[in-house]
Order: sequence, then structure tokens, then C-alpha cells
Amino acid sequence: MSKKYPFFSPMGDKAILIEFGPEISEITLQKVLICKKHIEIIRSKEIVEVINTYCSLLITYVCTIENVYNEFLALKSLISEADIGKNINSKLYHIPVCYEEEFGLDLYLLASQNKLSISEIIDLHTSPIYTVCFIGFLPGFLYLGGLDKKLIISRRSTPRMKVEKGAVGIGENQTGIYPKSSPGGWQIIGNSPVNFFDKKELPPCQILAGDKVKFYSVKKQEYLAIIDEMDNSNFQLKSENYVG
Amino acid sequence: MLAKIQVLHPGLYTSIQDLGRFCFGKFGVPQSGVMDSYSAKIANLLLNNSEDAPVLEITQMGPKLQFSEATIISICGAFINPKLNGNDILNHSVIAVKKDDVLTFGKLEYGCRAYVAIFGGFKVDLVLNSASWYEGVTNQFKLHKGDELYFTPTAPLGNQHHSGLKIKTDYIKEMVIPTFKGPEFDFLTKAQQQHLHSACFTIDKKNNRMAVQLEEPLENDLKAIITGPVLPGTIQLTPSGNLIVLMRDCQTTGGYPRILQISEEGINSLSQKLAGDRIKFILPILK
Repeated sequence: MSKKYPFFSPMGDKAILIEFGPEISEITLQKVLICKKHIEIIRSKEIVEVINTYCSLLITYVCTIENVYNEFLALKSLISEADIGKNINSKLYHIPVCYEEEFGLDLYLLASQNKLSISEIIDLHTSPIYTVCFIGFLPGFLYLGGLDKKLIISRRSTPRMKVEKGAVGIGENQTGIYPKSSPGGWQIIGNSPVNFFDKKELPPCQILAGDKVKFYSVKKQEYLAIIDEMDNSNFQLKSENYVG
Repeated sequence: MLAKIQVLHPGLYTSIQDLGRFCFGKFGVPQSGVMDSYSAKIANLLLNNSEDAPVLEITQMGPKLQFSEATIISICGAFINPKLNGNDILNHSVIAVKKDDVLTFGKLEYGCRAYVAIFGGFKVDLVLNSASWYEGVTNQFKLHKGDELYFTPTAPLGNQHHSGLKIKTDYIKEMVIPTFKGPEFDFLTKAQQQHLHSACFTIDKKNNRMAVQLEEPLENDLKAIITGPVLPGTIQLTPSGNLIVLMRDCQTTGGYPRILQISEEGINSLSQKLAGDRIKFILPILK
């Protein structure tokens, strides 16, 4: 069966899924995020929220959708009027990561499998500007796109029962940070002292889908100092406006 | 001043829930909320509470609770032989509780989850606009012995029963679960679709607030999808053929094909099923 994109389908009687094509790419993600913003603004009264992933939008409605095909048509026209070429205002956040052995449980595995030195791994991981594609899996778990191909490694065949809070992992061509300790299957290369989810704040995540992230390497001492500052609410993530 | 309830025994898995935590899915926060929204709403409406007031969700085995002040409560959903000071009380009624009364539960007769509502609702701190307990979002995710719950005390009131309130219970034992097509339904073969129509499925031991797994596998060669959005009620099909029905505490995204989406009524029915119970899907209902 082949689908014509964007493809609209109901998910139950209070949600509509829009698929933009089965691919992970910067272009598709931009399209997804611009349409998301447009729908959020125009339909703010009828919808609970719009969730995006790499290439889908899920719109959940306050009430049961009376006529789903009429709603498809309405969304189609909304999407066609969204300005796809527009740049999204986003922020670039600088995230400290400690890549020391104590935290980078799978650094040596990655080094031997991908024939890299540890310092090459750190260079390759801290060079790109990553895009926050969406937040999912756990509250505050950022799915980051833009990993260097040389760092691609498959997930662990058996997931760990416990991955530590802050663990920075790689799963296939994705990289991300565990915002709390949890079971997990990604290969762990470091740990970030930053809190990515604060339930006492609205919104609970400072970094949003569409924002950019760049990592910088810190030594254990600085890592511990940042944890202290985080505990005393003195730590401010370095950020700047990003136009890309 | 708030009055206290002393938790003398926590029961198997007891938590405070309201109708859920909405608008935070974009931050990866699950919806949570009562598994069976119908019974929880009825329990509240019996007391003239708003239907989304926080209630206690009890799973299979009830807690033992002592009230420090008088109030009124109601119990709906599964029937777990509730007793006040050792005397049998009924589901779907308004029960006057006096200072120092003890609420206990006995043998589970039918269903899986019961809801205790209290006049004015249980008083808990809202986290991200909801009272629903969820590990990692709220400080507590289930009741422990020695915990205290809070409510606003009230003078004993007259019979509050809504004479007009018709209460359904047949859905608790209903084996037919209404479903819609999921986004990847059309990738199944006709034979697989037919099988989903006609076969009975058994609730697996692996079932909790996050997901209910089904025992019978559905052989398939569907490819994984690019991680996409999921909802409570989404049925995922794994490469090894496991059917996983996502429930209220489910994650917001997933990578398994989403073959069916069960209705709100279906989620409520499924919430009342125990391991070994049999279900059947009717599908697809499309408008």
C-alpha cells in the first residue's frame, strides 16, 4: 500500500495524525514544525495539543471530531497556507557533557567498533549543531538529529536495567540525554549535569522541539561544580538566538 | 483545615488520579489519569463533586484506610466487597463516614479497578495542572503504609444520591472492545485483518497502567516505523507478534506499527480486565 503525503488519518475519535513522508530529514522536520505552529495558533480553541515527531503531527482535540473528513479538508488547507519556507525562530543551547570514562560506559566499545580514538569521539560529538526534533520517550528526553555518521552505532542487544540521569547516549543515528534514570538501550558516552525537565516550571522543559543544541566537553571537577550550581538554581544554560 | 486519612495498608497498587495531565505530551509527559474514566466520573457525580475531582484508584486488592473526620464517600468500578468498620457497604451509593471509621475491602468479585471518591475530592498538590500520580512527575506514584491522604472535612450530609443517575456496570465484564483502524492497519494482510476481527485474545500477566499485553501473538512481517506519536488506546504490534495495548501512563511516542486504536469506552472496559480474561475486537468503526 502506498500513501500520498501529507497523509491524514484519524487516531480514534479525538485525534488526527498527519504524516509528512517516511523519512528523517531536516527539510521534513522544518515542514512539520512550521505546520505545527500554524495549527496551534489557528486552532487553539478546539485542540488539546499538537505533538510532533520526525515526520508526523498528532493533533488531539478537546471534543469528539464530528466529521473527520471535513476536518481533514480544513487541516489540508491550513497546511497549504503555512509558510514552509519560513525560518523558525529558535535558540541554540550550549550543553556541558563530561566524557570521562566513569560516565562514558560504552566509549571503548564505540572506539573499537568504529575505529576511533576517545578524543576523536569527543570531537565528533561536540562539533555539530544538533536539532531538537521532538521530546518523547521520557519527560524531557530530547531526540537530537545531526549525529556525525562516524558515530553511528546500534543499540545494545539487551537494554540496561538502569541508565543514570544525565547519561548521553547514541542509538543508531540519534543522540540524546536521559533526563532521569531509567531502563535504556542506547550506548552511553558521557553524562550531562544539566536538568532537562523541571516539573515545577511552566513549561517544564526550557529547550523545545525545533531548538538547537551544541555540546561542550567538561572535566569531572567542572561537572560537579555545575551540579552544585543546578542544586542551588544558580546555573544558567548558555543560549543565543539561532537563525538557520 | 484539612482532615487526614491514615493509610493502615496500601493495597496492591493504589494511587490518586484525576482525568489526566493534558497539554504536556509535547514535553514527553504521559497523560496518566484514571484507567476507567467512566467509573471515576460516576463516583464523583454521586457526591456532587466535579467529575474530574481527584479519586483513589484501587487495583484488585483494596487498602485499609482510617478517617480522622466525618465525610461522605462513594465507590464505583470493580466490586471488591468494601466494608466500613467491618460492615458490608455497596458500590454506587453515598456512604456516610464518621470520625475514626475504617474502610477495608474483601474479595474481588468482578472487574479490576475500583474508585473511591470523597466529598470535595482528595487534596493533593497539582503538578503540571494535574493531581494524577506518575513516577518521575509526582513525588509519589503509589500508596505506602503510613502515608496520609487529605480531604476537607464536612458535617454529615443527607442522602445525596442523584435519583436521575443511571449507572452502567455491564461494560466492566464486556468482552467486546470497540476499535478504530490504526495508522499502520492497512499494512496488514487481509488474512491478518480478518484474524483481528474474528479471534479472541487473552489478557497477559504483563498488564499495568502503562500497557496491557495480549497472550496470543499475531505473526507478521511489518517493518518498524520511524518513531511516531502514540496515545492511550493505541495497539502496537511488535516484530515477534506481541500485541501491546497502550494505557493511560504510556509514553508519547513509539516505533512499533500502530495497528488499532481502541475507543475511550474500550479503554475503560480493558481497565477492568484481569490476566486470563478474554476479549474480542470489533473493527473498524469509521464515521
